[in-house]
Amino acid sequence: MIPFLAKRIGLLIPTFLGVTVVAFLFIRLLPGDPVLLLAGERGLSPERYAELMAQFGFDRPLWQQYLEYLTGVLHGDLGNSIVTKQPVLSEFAALFPATLELSITAMIFAVVLGLPAGVIAAVRRGSVFDHTVMSTALVGYSMPIFWWGLLLIIVFSGWLGWTPVSGRISLLYYFPTPTGFMLIDSLLSGQKGAFGSAVSHLILPAIVLGTIPLAVIARQTRSAMLEVLGEDYVRTARAKGLAPGRVVGLHALRNALIPVITTIGLQAGLLLAGAILTETIFSWPGVGKWLVDSIFRRDYQVVQGGLLLIAGIVMIVNLAVDVAYGLVNPRIRHRR
Amino acid sequence: MAVTDPAAGGGTMNPRLEMLGAFWASFSENKGAVAGLVFMVVLVLVAIFAPLVAPHAPDVQNRDALLVPPFWEAGGSLTYILGTDAVGRDMLSRLIFGARYSLFIGLFVVTLALAAGVTLGTLSGYLGGWVDTVVMRVMDVVLAFPGLLLALVLVAILGPGLMNAMIAITLVLLPHFVRLTRASVMTERDKDYVVAVRTAGAGPIRLMVKTVLPNCLAPLIVQTTLSFSNAILEAAALGFLGMGAQPPTPEWGTMLAEAREFILRAWWVVTFPGLAILLTVLAINLVGDGLRDALDPKLKRG
Repeated sequence: MIPFLAKRIGLLIPTFLGVTVVAFLFIRLLPGDPVLLLAGERGLSPERYAELMAQFGFDRPLWQQYLEYLTGVLHGDLGNSIVTKQPVLSEFAALFPATLELSITAMIFAVVLGLPAGVIAAVRRGSVFDHTVMSTALVGYSMPIFWWGLLLIIVFSGWLGWTPVSGRISLLYYFPTPTGFMLIDSLLSGQKGAFGSAVSHLILPAIVLGTIPLAVIARQTRSAMLEVLGEDYVRTARAKGLAPGRVVGLHALRNALIPVITTIGLQAGLLLAGAILTETIFSWPGVGKWLVDSIFRRDYQVVQGGLLLIAGIVMIVNLAVDVAYGLVNPRIRHRR
Repeated sequence: MAVTDPAAGGGTMNPRLEMLGAFWASFSENKGAVAGLVFMVVLVLVAIFAPLVAPHAPDVQNRDALLVPPFWEAGGSLTYILGTDAVGRDMLSRLIFGARYSLFIGLFVVTLALAAGVTLGTLSGYLGGWVDTVVMRVMDVVLAFPGLLLALVLVAILGPGLMNAMIAITLVLLPHFVRLTRASVMTERDKDYVVAVRTAGAGPIRLMVKTVLPNCLAPLIVQTTLSFSNAILEAAALGFLGMGAQPPTPEWGTMLAEAREFILRAWWVVTFPGLAILLTVLAINLVGDGLRDALDPKLKRG
């Protein structure tokens, strides 16, 4: 297991370095003078300009600038926001729990609905249920989620008035947020109605963000189950006279789950991309909205740091999935 | 039996036509795929003949008809079948002209990504060694970023606009083509028929283009369809975020962005552009599913 792990991590190092190069070059490739872009000040005097130039290091050779950037990154220094002057890393850390809460809820929604739907569709292959699930999944898979969000707002917030349009909790409530997860913090606060308010704010964004993963999981579960149900050992289990529920639940599902879990894990990148759109529509104060706003505010230091952090998270999640896959499946571990 | 008449075997058609016939027989079994194909054909025709089909010009504003609802709603009229937007432009006409943009985006991105991806993938898979290592590491880096985020950042560098959005999306979709081509080329490379052609003295370019590539086509065709719909979705998302096509372009995502502030007052300005995106993407995905089942029976999901 250790060599497998070492090899996997070893493969990540060049990718991580590549990601830092992209983030590093981002500011230098932007149109315009990088000193002016990063200064966030107007009407610089030549002395101030030279001072900033030296401060940002733009007067040194490119490779030296990169090494300095990389050293900073490895020490957790991603620079300061041009607009708020706060360290990018601490801004990210403050906003990330909101994105995480939204993503986890979306994923739970997708798994809780998608897994059983896929299993039943496979078991009742060709039935009306199967066709309905597969058609719905294809629609979900093709969904422009930014529009889906607006549509849900029209129906549930506009016509029915059931859910709020934006934010994480009603302004009526104010309490400390030790965990950063509004669902947990609202319970901890002990304020009446706070939890309900948090749930009503979370429900539409979670559905919107969970729609494409739901469709992918349902499709993937169905095809994995169909494959496993055709295997010899399933036929043997059936021939032994095991109850159909036991065959499906115990023998087939367990093996079908391996590719499904991989699929779930690999949704991380998709989920973060989806979070950019979902958070923008629902004014959800997470890292996705933060990045989009920063692009429009020309807060390029934030964009640079966010780019690196998000790619880092995707890489770590993918590594975890890879390792988990190796743990369940020895064939993968010993190959390569 | 020494000489067989090729026509005597299985019909009078030439073998290519026969293959196409077999493919069509398999494809047309899938009702959804045929429906998707019909939708796409109609959409292409509508896009080509947009000026003839559209009842109004897409950019003409009628100050006397702002936010007119669709004809079946109270206050709507048959002059504006799907209503008008906030500056009095006809929704239906804008949607019709919007089809031109979405189809062009898909075509442009897919052509570019396919050409570049197949070239890089073939080189990588066939040559191996350091070329392979460099190409694949670069693709890993691209894949480490969520697609939309990378596209957003690229557009921030290049400047907002449809052309730059298309270039950004091409780059985001490129690794899938490279990986797929490389994997297929590596599988085919050492098979007997390739070795035979090589032994017969074929040069490397002929070997790659004429011998190996045609046998890698099936997965590439499927990937191309999927990328076509992805490109349309991503371009619409960029347009929606204000980083793609700029107003007053009647691109569907851009139309949605303009309509956002009227969301609770005029449902139609939000509903129709999104529906157009959904139906188009759905139609392409249906065709893609059908192509996959018809081209690769192994992948058939029953």
